[in-house]
Amino acid sequence: MISVTGISKSFGDKKVLDGISMTIEDGEIFGLLGPSGAGKTTLIRVLTGQLKFEEGAAMINGKDVRKLTGADKKQFGVMMDDFGLYERLTCYQNLKVFADIYGVGDAEIATVLKEVELEDAEKKEVKKLSKGMKERLRLARALLAHPKVLFLDEPTSGLDPQTSSEIHEIIKKRKEAGTIIFLTTHNMTEAEKLCDHLVLLNEGKIVERGAPKELCLRYDHQKKIELVTTKGETVSLEMNRENAEKTSAQIAEFLKEGNLRTIHSKEPNLETVFMELTGRKLEV
Amino acid sequence: MREATAIFRKQVLDTRKNRAVLIQFIMFPIMTIVMSNAVKVDDMPEFFYLKLFSIMYMAMAPIVSMSSIISEEKEKGTLRALMMSNVRPAAYLLGVGVYDFLCCLIGTMLMSKSCGLDDGPWWRYLCVIMIGLVISIILGAAVGVLAKDQMAATSLSVPVMCLFTFLPMMAQFNGTIAKVAKFFYTQQLYLALEDINNVKIGTEGLIIIAANAIVILGFFVLAFRKEGLTNE
Repeated sequence: MISVTGISKSFGDKKVLDGISMTIEDGEIFGLLGPSGAGKTTLIRVLTGQLKFEEGAAMINGKDVRKLTGADKKQFGVMMDDFGLYERLTCYQNLKVFADIYGVGDAEIATVLKEVELEDAEKKEVKKLSKGMKERLRLARALLAHPKVLFLDEPTSGLDPQTSSEIHEIIKKRKEAGTIIFLTTHNMTEAEKLCDHLVLLNEGKIVERGAPKELCLRYDHQKKIELVTTKGETVSLEMNRENAEKTSAQIAEFLKEGNLRTIHSKEPNLETVFMELTGRKLEV
Repeated sequence: MREATAIFRKQVLDTRKNRAVLIQFIMFPIMTIVMSNAVKVDDMPEFFYLKLFSIMYMAMAPIVSMSSIISEEKEKGTLRALMMSNVRPAAYLLGVGVYDFLCCLIGTMLMSKSCGLDDGPWWRYLCVIMIGLVISIILGAAVGVLAKDQMAATSLSVPVMCLFTFLPMMAQFNGTIAKVAKFFYTQQLYLALEDINNVKIGTEGLIIIAANAIVILGFFVLAFRKEGLTNE
């Protein structure tokens, strides 16, 4: 379990984290959603002991993050954008360096390479890999020591949908194995698809929290439904008490005419929720 | 120890493909072998090229290679990944430092043996070079720690390297420079190798070398406290 209470962190005069509190249960995918510069990476750095913080407390599996030992850190898998790879070494050699440090064997290297589907590229130099393959290798490195907590900083940023989807599958498998996944992203689709719980972060402050669906429903002020006709036209109808009779009649009409293909509720997405709360877009 | 060994192994694999560092280790041994065999001038002192290039090698190769390796790892973020994997800075520096030391030592052995230095003076010669290598490695590490990236490391290491490398050379031709140069460890080690068959370091030389080592170690500690290993 990860428990964070009132964490604040400043760089000079600028407060980048301001009174952050949250709890993350075992086997949960927790998402930190916010635009660039919101403080997501800083929070990962703080939680993994890479950065000191001024106020508050943070515990991971009962351990104070200010007093993490080498053995504690071994339980973390960290994948960050600025954690580079040895470009002149092969995929296998890159993982071997870290396997030697963690004290894990070649069998583990083979397992993670298979897990991220890089087994055919194990002898390929990293500089010859595509961006997606490099990301998967970074993920493999984070998975190498069977971490209990996996910190992933924008793991699919700039990747094509297929590679992103493959990475999502790997993350889900690790969650099923009981690993806590702490994920930062500014991609609302990724957050909706993957996360059990979300925190929306803006300028170092938490502006909202909850399950993705729950958050969208909470900010569903307009309560609209969307009808798609057999001709492919989209009709938007209001679903509130005042318009109940009119909306029912319209739906009945479409049904009678046999002109209705689908009906959807139309809650706002996380982008709209974030915009409403902060006036900012997520993907900036 | 396991971490330092992993770093050492990584360095062995990486340097094979890193021409910028590799050339530092092989340039002077090749130059010594070529010049000693190809350019022979009457009245040239015995082992002239060996003495000259040994000091240049001892000062240049460790400073450039250490600073280049550390700054590249800082720039590319691999050092940050290592630190997160619980590699202690001391283990990292030990792994890279021992690798650097051994490469330079092998280079020095090749240089000296190719020039036909006998076994007796050879051991004393090696001891002198090893002292210089250790000091230069610490200096190179300090430069690497101070530099945020490879470009900064080059800008910093070139003047430092020139200062320590070329002073003993210029001191041969200029008395004033010799007066200043004698306070540098490279000059003292060059003087120790003057009669290579009878290597000697006097008390004054030992004190100057020890003082250099302490000052450079202090410089490294200050640099490490200021910058650390991860540009944070």
